[in-house]
Amino acid sequence: MNAQGTVHKYGDNIDTDAIVAARYLNTASAEELATHCMEDIDPGFVQRMKKGDILVAGQNFGCGSSREHAPLALKTAGISCVIVPSFARIFYRNSINIGFPILESAQAAAEIQNGHEVEVDFDTGKIVDKTTGKTYQAQPFPPFIQNIIQAGGLLNAINNK
Amino acid sequence: MGMTMSQKILAAHAGVDVVVPGQLIMANLDMVLGNDITSPVAINEFEKAGFETVFDRTKISLVMDHFVPNKDIKAAQQTKQSREFAGKHDIQHFYDAGEMGIEHALLPEKGIVAAGDLVIGADSHTCTYGALGAFSTGVGSTDMAAGMATGQLWFKVPSAIRFNLVGKPGPFVGGKDVILHIIGLIGVDGALYRSMEFTGPGVAQLSMDDRFTIANMAIEAGGKNGIFPVDEKTLAYMAGRVNRPYKVYTADDDAEYEQTYTIDLSALKPTVSLPHLPENTRTIDEMGDVAIDQVVIGSCTNGRESDMEMAAKILKGKKVAKGVRVIIIPATQAIYRTCLRKGWAEIFVDAGCVLSTPTCGPCLGGYMGILAEGEKCLATTNRNFIGRMGHPTSEIYLAGPAVAAASAITGKITNPREIEIN
Repeated sequence: MNAQGTVHKYGDNIDTDAIVAARYLNTASAEELATHCMEDIDPGFVQRMKKGDILVAGQNFGCGSSREHAPLALKTAGISCVIVPSFARIFYRNSINIGFPILESAQAAAEIQNGHEVEVDFDTGKIVDKTTGKTYQAQPFPPFIQNIIQAGGLLNAINNK
Repeated sequence: MGMTMSQKILAAHAGVDVVVPGQLIMANLDMVLGNDITSPVAINEFEKAGFETVFDRTKISLVMDHFVPNKDIKAAQQTKQSREFAGKHDIQHFYDAGEMGIEHALLPEKGIVAAGDLVIGADSHTCTYGALGAFSTGVGSTDMAAGMATGQLWFKVPSAIRFNLVGKPGPFVGGKDVILHIIGLIGVDGALYRSMEFTGPGVAQLSMDDRFTIANMAIEAGGKNGIFPVDEKTLAYMAGRVNRPYKVYTADDDAEYEQTYTIDLSALKPTVSLPHLPENTRTIDEMGDVAIDQVVIGSCTNGRESDMEMAAKILKGKKVAKGVRVIIIPATQAIYRTCLRKGWAEIFVDAGCVLSTPTCGPCLGGYMGILAEGEKCLATTNRNFIGRMGHPTSEIYLAGPAVAAASAITGKITNPREIEIN
């Protein structure tokens, strides 16, 4: 599985309130939540982004509230991948559980800049910055987690057993 | 190599003798928790995946607390969906307006969680129950759905950081000051993926409410869980609340910790976190003049009986500063009742405060105290992220109930020592 898109870059400690503010959590509709992605820290994001685009950010991405609405909103908005040095653990779990591709690479997250075109191969963890031609290798998931992702999420993995 | 307290609880629930950090395990759950925001997502996933029954109707808690009493039609639809699911599956622990409290104050108070339990909750502050000596951690809605369906969940066994607490906290220093100090020390991802294990002779100097506050904010340092040893205070708290057997676990003497910090409680001062991260801490002496528009005293962090008592002690016979809105939210119906019985409710209302029924409300910018453009709030809540309590340009300062009540009187962030107690 591959993804390719334009990078939107953010800083450290992007919290789940920034990804989707709690005032919108009176709905569980992924489509509605997706219209509010990043609203409080980057009001034009949803209008500016295209389907397939990639988020690159700093450490501890997705910290704060456990709301699964956050990865769900990004996924539904059309973000194809998030690349950061480290994820907050609940966001990490939630992304795996809903089958939203995420990668950890400190070097890629540091060097890839806003607006770069990036291609990601999820099977190998290879990240290519097509703007600079540089290649990065992200940590692949352990097999236990790959099974969940391949099944299309945790509940499918349980049902497949 | 020995195991930490968290590792021992995980091993026991995975049915194995030993676990090591990094190991992936499948473990049996004692309690699965959700609220009015996260449960609807979990229920949708549960039903979409075709599950027809829950694993155990007595081991699921659905607490309607975030936007309850329902703040609008959409919130009402979400509690309706949760209520109907609870009815269909005969969920024992379903709490709606009138019975509910903020989940992390309510579950310990009612004896629903106990020492040695393995608890997951679709709410990041589920780590609160570590104060009872449970392994308790926040998860998302899909994890909650899997937990409700199967009673099991996968975990990666965490390594641990030890906080060796020594000394006795001085006046107006409570659990909030301890945990803000620690987050300031290690940062908002200082404990990422790890257990925060609080030990040492200083633990005995902390009330159960202090311990709940400290464990509650483990997530604010990125921690997977926060946990306290079980002592006489824990056993006394659980007596008369927990009506089932529970198990007390202790860390092995040779348990391995990635790091150990010694925290001298007697050296701590009232502490404040400045916008927009909990790690931006200053002691009250370093604050300078910060005028505020609003004070919130409440939340799963600081809405317990001792927090209300501290606020009442400082606000007794006083008036809140002109132009400052002060909102006080006891975390549960039982705490609300204590406020009425002990005369604290009258103190609050006479001082010019709003006294609200239990709700998470303003803490996450839901309702009951939303901030306008550029406004500043001093809150006993747990997060001061951008836009957390309202407009993206508003600012939140975090502190304990003593600083909050003192600041309510003066209209600026104030050391409680400066207020004369009536």
